[in-house]
Amino acid sequence: MPSQREIRRRISSVRNIKQITRAMQFVAASKLKRAQDATLQSRPYSEMIDEVLSDLAAVLTAEEHPLLARREEGTRLLIVFTTDRGLAGSLNTNTIRFAARQITEQAGDLKVVTVGRKGNAAMRRARVPIAAAFDGYGDRPTFAAILPLARLVTDDYLAGTYSTVDLVHPSFVSTLVQRPAVDRLLPIEPAEDTGGIPGHQFIFEPNAGDVLRSLLPRYVATRIYQAVLEVTASEQSARMVAMKSATENAQELIDDLTLTYNKVRQSNITREMIEIATGANAAR
Amino acid sequence: MPLRLEIVTPERRAYEDDVDSVVLPGSEGELGVLPHHAPLLSTLGVGELRIRKGGQEEFFAIAGGFLQVRPDRVVVMAETADMASDIDLESAEKARRDAEQALTEGFDEPADLARARASLQRALLRIRVAERRHREGPRHRG
Repeated sequence: MPSQREIRRRISSVRNIKQITRAMQFVAASKLKRAQDATLQSRPYSEMIDEVLSDLAAVLTAEEHPLLARREEGTRLLIVFTTDRGLAGSLNTNTIRFAARQITEQAGDLKVVTVGRKGNAAMRRARVPIAAAFDGYGDRPTFAAILPLARLVTDDYLAGTYSTVDLVHPSFVSTLVQRPAVDRLLPIEPAEDTGGIPGHQFIFEPNAGDVLRSLLPRYVATRIYQAVLEVTASEQSARMVAMKSATENAQELIDDLTLTYNKVRQSNITREMIEIATGANAAR
Repeated sequence: MPLRLEIVTPERRAYEDDVDSVVLPGSEGELGVLPHHAPLLSTLGVGELRIRKGGQEEFFAIAGGFLQVRPDRVVVMAETADMASDIDLESAEKARRDAEQALTEGFDEPADLARARASLQRALLRIRVAERRHREGPRHRG
């Protein structure tokens, strides 16, 4: 049986942990709100880019730009999005396991670009060839911050280094559910031209080819930015949920320890009373 | 018929309202849009965007992007869009000094030179748009 003092010390240390996890839970909740706002705010731009792209696709063919052209052979590139920091439940584990499945399912040459320190560490451990590693986008990623990554991927693809580029990222289903997903980034597959005015009715300035040439790199950057925003929102919500259950577990532990403490205290008192009674009896 | 104007950037929706007309910095020169304009898709340069609405004018400094015009709607997709009244003159001046400084130092790569030139251009534009607001006062021109 542990001593009363030992139990007291454990209770106070668990109480400290509970305070920390609780604080982290609330911080994550407020950051989650901000991350969700950022995702919502960025949506109109990305929807418009998609719309313009499908307008252009109606008047242009895949041969007009190499970012649209399919290649049969070459190295696959996966961009794996994880968080920089841990304590986010099973978010990173799930994403990394999902990425590993993507890697092993298809044979052939493959490289990864990691976004986030956790993914980078995991890929290094697994000895997957890493083409580049990005991290430190923080809780409020800016569009400007992801541009170097977008430029690198676009340039390498244009140089013929890769046959396809896929994004592997947690997709934010709800606060409780984040499911890893894989999306094709390159070659670009424009959506059907359905919304509003058919593409061929537009006047293009300077011409359709030039508009397309300046649109495509921005399309790539926008897709990557969206994935970064999604991993940020997922991180905060996963952390919030994980810290909530950690706080509850700590409380449970405190309750158990308090019970043990009282039992120990009770048995100590009982023992002392027996000792005193025995001592008094013997003296008589 | 009103003309719906939306200005969106990758990070946020910067403006959304019904306007009378809008003048934009097209890549091929300034471009004025009134209601019932023909459908148009154009690239945009770095410059000043002027909104006219009920006898009042508003200014934005915008950089890089696209324009989609439909008869009843104009959507500006810009990399950055700053409303004149939101521009901080001091930080714009600082950005200009930094860019000028960078330009005097020389570059190893042509891409760096292009980037520095672009940021100088943007800083100068923001200063111009912000000063216009100071000269003319905000939103009370008849």
